[in-house]
Amino acid sequence: MKFLEYQVKERFRAAGVPVPDGRLARTPDEAALAAGALGPIAVKAQVPVGGRGKAGGIKLAKTAADAKRVAGEILGMTIKGYVVKEVLCETAQEITRELYLGLTLDRDARKPVLILSAQGGMEIEEVAETHPEAIAKLHPDPWRGPLAFEVRDLIFRAGLGPLQAQLTPLVVKLYALARTYDALTIEINPLALTRDGGLVAADGKLEIDENAMFRHKDLHGADDSEEDPLEAEAKRRRLTYVRLDGSIGVIGNGAGLVMNTLDLVQREGGHAANFLDIGGGAKAEVVHSALELLASDPQVKGILINIFGGITRGDEVAHGIIDATRDLHLTLPLVVRMTGTREEEGRRLLQEAGITPEATATAAARRIVELSSDPAR
Amino acid sequence: MSILLTGESRVLVQGLTGREGSFHTEQMKAYGTNVVAGVSPGKGGTTHLGIPVFDTVADARRETGADVSGIFVPAPFAADAIMEAAAAGIGLIVCITEGIPLYDMVRARAFVVDAAAKLIGPNCPGLTTAGEAKVGIIPNHISTPGSVGIVSRSGTLTYEVIQGLSQAGVGQTTSVGIGGDPILGLSFSDVLRLFKEDPATEAVVMIGEIGGSDEEAAAEQVIGRSFGKPVIGFISGRTAPPGKRMGHAGAIISGNTGTAASKLQALKRAGAQVCDTIEEVVAAAGAALGQRSSAAHR
Repeated sequence: MKFLEYQVKERFRAAGVPVPDGRLARTPDEAALAAGALGPIAVKAQVPVGGRGKAGGIKLAKTAADAKRVAGEILGMTIKGYVVKEVLCETAQEITRELYLGLTLDRDARKPVLILSAQGGMEIEEVAETHPEAIAKLHPDPWRGPLAFEVRDLIFRAGLGPLQAQLTPLVVKLYALARTYDALTIEINPLALTRDGGLVAADGKLEIDENAMFRHKDLHGADDSEEDPLEAEAKRRRLTYVRLDGSIGVIGNGAGLVMNTLDLVQREGGHAANFLDIGGGAKAEVVHSALELLASDPQVKGILINIFGGITRGDEVAHGIIDATRDLHLTLPLVVRMTGTREEEGRRLLQEAGITPEATATAAARRIVELSSDPAR
Repeated sequence: MSILLTGESRVLVQGLTGREGSFHTEQMKAYGTNVVAGVSPGKGGTTHLGIPVFDTVADARRETGADVSGIFVPAPFAADAIMEAAAAGIGLIVCITEGIPLYDMVRARAFVVDAAAKLIGPNCPGLTTAGEAKVGIIPNHISTPGSVGIVSRSGTLTYEVIQGLSQAGVGQTTSVGIGGDPILGLSFSDVLRLFKEDPATEAVVMIGEIGGSDEEAAAEQVIGRSFGKPVIGFISGRTAPPGKRMGHAGAIISGNTGTAASKLQALKRAGAQVCDTIEEVVAAAGAALGQRSSAAHR
């Protein structure tokens, strides 16, 4: 789950991480009021994607009239598919230096990693590529968290020794926030050094581990209704779905197998319309729901189902397929390849319903590419 | 011979009485696995599927001498189950559960390392030593005893390979699904080192996927350093668009590391034979064994 900047900053503020004074505005008049109260402000589009500044979603306003005008420009804009419904109006900062402070997962170390750099701002990813030495890292012990001396060491390695007294508590607070919210990523970028020598979180990012949502049922993140409507629908159905740009709908179980199925479709000359993993142990209803989703996609000209059962049982999958083809009056070409746990039962059920499963994944990919490119259909 | 698991292994199942635990324990028993105990807190003293059930792993280990645990408990409790097994002195812990929160798993992994236990998974199909025993969910009928070792990050794709090999008459020693999560127990490198030392394993099939850099690390640190046995490599996700998360928390590409191209290149450079399809993997494994046996006869 992702959060909008203002939602992240509410949490920063509550945790004692300094943020600029700000107000949320949903209309140009509200932005004008904010400027009246705060003085010169930055008007910032609230969308759950990066690159807002470059897209024209962040503008400065010196007066209330300015604020009304720029908010009028930004509200209603579309940035990477997201319509701007709210702007954050924040006291403009006199920034002398932009730092970076964040936490993410280091897969190779099998631990979260705290990252600090004296070269923050929009180009941080480029800095990481071209000047890795400008990025200091700390892997805190997962049981005790970062200790003060480890944090000081991180700060000195980042070349930020003179800011050590201010930075140390900030790093500790960020780590605590990450733990509190089960953050996959939490980031202050830029962490701004202002003219008066203070540090302030000029922007913030937070993404929560979906696997930990059972601990955070009270949290509401960014409204993702502006996402691809099929991806949003898939999320509602709790299906792991990614939209792609081809015409062959693909359903399978297990990320590796589904990715391999996409690769096979491409090898046979087709292009997948999506990645859809029904996961382990899927019941008939899940298969039904997955088929219903793909059948609603006008881009889909044929559907390939590739199941190799471990926890997933062939009979369950077969019931789902049979029920869905009946309920949805499915006329699209449908090719099934099924093997593994309760394979015989599943294949028998399918055959009784007039669906003949293919013997191998490659044969199934070839068949669906043939069927869905048939001009007679 | 084999790695990690044999017919002698004394297996306990955490979450035995649950739906998935029951179903797959029956399958494990049917395969010949020596399942000696189950653990379900509050159900100690009962029996389930003819297996004695204990309240704690420590009790189960003390009473039955269990040395391997298979974990089928729901995600919110799975990290705790892993640590309970490690604390009780279980040497090999196999966690099938999918969806364990990241921070839970980071802690559990550190705990397991401190206890000097081996962890396979989580979010994995487990392992099968062909013809002897299995812990996990790899379908029973697909494995055949032989001399190819398999290590894979995928679940279902592993089954494809095992079945393909068996149908081609190429048997396996042990097939290990290490799991698709970003925080794992044994890595490709760890399992490859075990295969290197196993006299019965004559060739190894390694099934990787996009994301992370474990395949690259294994290529550079193990396969490329006088591994001494043929390695056949395969990477899924070649056509996945960059930056898109493909189901596994693991299968995400960031920057230049973790792409299929980077992994394939690292494997080739290390001397592994890289294949484009599972059918090619099967053929290559068969050919590698043929060459080895004809070389041995000369």
